[in-house]
Amino acid sequence: MGSSKYEVVIGLEVHVQLTTQTKIFCGCSTRFGSAPNSQTCPVCLGLPGALPVLNRKVVEYAIRTGLATHCAIAPRSVFARKNYFYPDLPKGYQISQFELPICEHGHLEIETEDGGPKTIGITRIHMEEDAGKLLHGEGPEAGSSSFVDLNRACTPLLEIVSEPDMRSSDEAIAYLKKLHQIVMYLGVCDGNLEEGSFRCDANVSIRPWGQKEFGTRAELKNINSFRFIKQAIDYEVERQADILDDGGKVVQETRLFDSVTGMTRSMRGKEEAHDYRYFPDPDLVPLVVSPEWVEQVRQELPELPEAKVARFIREFGIPRYDAEVLSADRAMAEYYDATVARHGNGKLCANWVMGEVQRRLNEDGVAISDSPVTPELLAALLGRIDDNTISGKIAKTVFEEMWRSGDAPDKIIEEKGLKQVTDTGAIEQIIDEVIAANLDQVEEYRGGKDKVFGFFVGQVMKASKGKANPAAVNEMLKKKLQG
Amino acid sequence: MELIDKTIHELHRMLIGGEVTSVALTRAFLQRIAETDNRINAFITVCEEQALKDSEAADRLIAEGKADLLTGIPVALKDIFLTAGVRTTCASKILDTFIAPYDGTAVARLKERGAVIVGKLNMDEFAMGSSNENSAFGPVKNPWDTSTVPGGSSGGSAASVAARQAVATLGTDTGGSIRQPASHCGVVGLKPTYGRVSRYGVIAYASSLDQVGPISRDVEDCAILLQAIAGYDPADSTSVDTPVPDYRAGIKDGVKGLKIGLPKEYFIEGLDPEVKAAMEAAIETYRGLGAEFVDVSLPHTDYAVASYYLIATAEASSNLARYDGVRFGVRVDQGRGLIDMFEQTRAAGFGDEVKRRIMLGTYALSSGYYDAYYLKAQKVRTLIRQDFLEAFQAVDVLLTPVAPTPAFGLGEKVSDPLQMYLSDIFTIPVNLAGTCAMSLPCGFSSAGLPIGLQLIGKPFAEQTLLRVGYAFEQATEWHRKKADL
Ligand SMILES: [Zn+2]
Repeated sequence: MGSSKYEVVIGLEVHVQLTTQTKIFCGCSTRFGSAPNSQTCPVCLGLPGALPVLNRKVVEYAIRTGLATHCAIAPRSVFARKNYFYPDLPKGYQISQFELPICEHGHLEIETEDGGPKTIGITRIHMEEDAGKLLHGEGPEAGSSSFVDLNRACTPLLEIVSEPDMRSSDEAIAYLKKLHQIVMYLGVCDGNLEEGSFRCDANVSIRPWGQKEFGTRAELKNINSFRFIKQAIDYEVERQADILDDGGKVVQETRLFDSVTGMTRSMRGKEEAHDYRYFPDPDLVPLVVSPEWVEQVRQELPELPEAKVARFIREFGIPRYDAEVLSADRAMAEYYDATVARHGNGKLCANWVMGEVQRRLNEDGVAISDSPVTPELLAALLGRIDDNTISGKIAKTVFEEMWRSGDAPDKIIEEKGLKQVTDTGAIEQIIDEVIAANLDQVEEYRGGKDKVFGFFVGQVMKASKGKANPAAVNEMLKKKLQG
Repeated sequence: MELIDKTIHELHRMLIGGEVTSVALTRAFLQRIAETDNRINAFITVCEEQALKDSEAADRLIAEGKADLLTGIPVALKDIFLTAGVRTTCASKILDTFIAPYDGTAVARLKERGAVIVGKLNMDEFAMGSSNENSAFGPVKNPWDTSTVPGGSSGGSAASVAARQAVATLGTDTGGSIRQPASHCGVVGLKPTYGRVSRYGVIAYASSLDQVGPISRDVEDCAILLQAIAGYDPADSTSVDTPVPDYRAGIKDGVKGLKIGLPKEYFIEGLDPEVKAAMEAAIETYRGLGAEFVDVSLPHTDYAVASYYLIATAEASSNLARYDGVRFGVRVDQGRGLIDMFEQTRAAGFGDEVKRRIMLGTYALSSGYYDAYYLKAQKVRTLIRQDFLEAFQAVDVLLTPVAPTPAFGLGEKVSDPLQMYLSDIFTIPVNLAGTCAMSLPCGFSSAGLPIGLQLIGKPFAEQTLLRVGYAFEQATEWHRKKADL
């Protein structure tokens, strides 16, 4: 492997599609999957005479994202035109930001493979409009014709550009997952990689260890899953290492990742690189963001994953691992928070949310926000374990029933007669019957074979249909077996 | 005096007084167009059927006592304005088949007031030109002498008013395109302050300079039309949200004590002697009305034309990228792929001057040249604006010629673009400064061609311009002269 001789340098450009109701420069809907060109108007069709009007919600989302990634929010930023011809680009230019973006100088903290924290710089975040989509070989004149669908044209994007601070594909993935988690937490993006709501281009270069200057980079495009990103970077690192090992030179170019072969291939070289002829868009006045506006958005920011993890550990006394699992997704964290708020035992709630709740959600493919067992109902169920109405085991049965019916735990316990037996007389009778029926095992136990005790507990619980209080069974069984 | 010689304010009184109907009026203008336009070529599209329908609707409004000043008045629009359901070409082959799917804001505002749109007017293709010779629909002729140009780019808008084919018209002014043709055709033209009138639904040439404005028979009509179209429009982010004053209020207040600046850079050697004489006469007229004259300087004037041709062409190169044959207009597809379709469509669709400016602008924005050209031009623009603001510390308005010469002959400057560009030397700085200016008839050359006087106002001081213009008009007879067709 030639690649170990080289240090890997990675910078990432992420395009985040925002979840605003309407497009960035017109009032058309941003809904995904409608009939082609049904969500268009003179502005997003690029008709003569049409002019863009900035959607303030997009600015708010950009500020939100900037604040969550520790960026400085520019009091004045400027939209610029990026000029190039393509049939899915109706105006022949994309409205973006170039010299004066809305956010700059941010960073994110990631965890590296060795467990240590590492800061990844964020160069800038800017707002821009998306292009439309080309449909090939579809429709009435399929074959030689291509069709243009401009529903996606003018939908709002944030481009988040990192510093070349990552040194391995794993660090790149850690950064992307962190960023993905944050935009989802902020509610600015639906995070769907396959539908293209979260797209990544990777700038990859290598250099001999100790060399200060960066090597020549390749820009990898068209990667739509975390796994593919890792695959593409790893492939690219090997490819560049092979070139250097053979005494060759890496050329600056744009390369497309092919998820079928797992390889990257050249799309265009530096000579063919576009001159986008950026200049300030004269149709849009410079965007002024007041400090008051920034402050207001800051006040409305949700609690972010890092803060949540710290609070869960501090206030609910759960292990870091649990806190991180529970904070991975904002809805899950809010569910957990709400359950603890009503029940109080952080660890028990964590076990149930990460265990039963998560398992059933996965089985049914349901989002936690749609869980038939709400935090209120789950807390009520856990309360019945606390007051010895049911055992932890019976609680799982009750949970299943709650999931199915949406009923309250008390109703189910009552109707199904699942209330725990704590009456010592009744338990004693069962134990006597079990001992009488298994005299051989009694001998074994008394002969020192402690393991047989578990067999007796099982038999007693079975005979009580699980309703006997396990603590009471243990205590009484021990006495009786010892004779 | 015939119906077609009258102004908006005169015709309005006749309409509400029942002396004439909008239908009769509209018919009179349609007939005039039919009789004269083979000599003038001011119209690209005449909307006869729709105009008559609209005039009937206007007559009903008038009968119900709901008439606005513009209700029932036949007007025409430069073919740069999108008009729902009507072909809108921008005088380009590339939009030959383009039927606009919506009304621009200025058009909608005229329609709301019941104005009758009789047609769409010829112009330089994409508003690029100073003689109206760059039209895919042939040149417009100057009604005063059909062997001369009417000026451009709103040549049709000015010529049709002079030829009595419409009471008044709308044009656009990016680098003198309302004022210079108004001057050459002996009519009144006003370029409002940038941001005063919405650009929504106006085909863009150079977005940071384009501004919509009226061309009319007299100053009062100019005020009436501006009143109708001015004002903030949420659909145009560059339109300015300041109150629109009543433009006719105070129009008759005169110029006593008014300070008029004479920028020395505008009274240069090489100014046509007859133009110079007309300016001197106009100055005397104003003195007689009680105005005071102050010599001022606009030191960066020399750099205006060069800066303009960098900024305007840079913006145009981007604005015209959308004409690619994909979604509307003409497409030339020889089945040789996408790039070929783009190239062939644009090669066939655009005229020479448009191509020249797209290339100039593309070059000015190119990597490695941006700072030296586009950015520097923007800096000069700031200096030019400061020149004006400084001059306006001392004076209320500026008085200059509109153009260095009266209308020149058809074909005279076609082969010399630089000479052509210099015909806008006195109008372009106003666009760069973003302020307002008006062109008024102030005399005739010995060849019988009109000469125009330019009044330049402070930003958003259109009201002052109208008052100063009105005073001159009341003291002179130039605006009453009629081209003999
Ligand atoms: Zn739209």
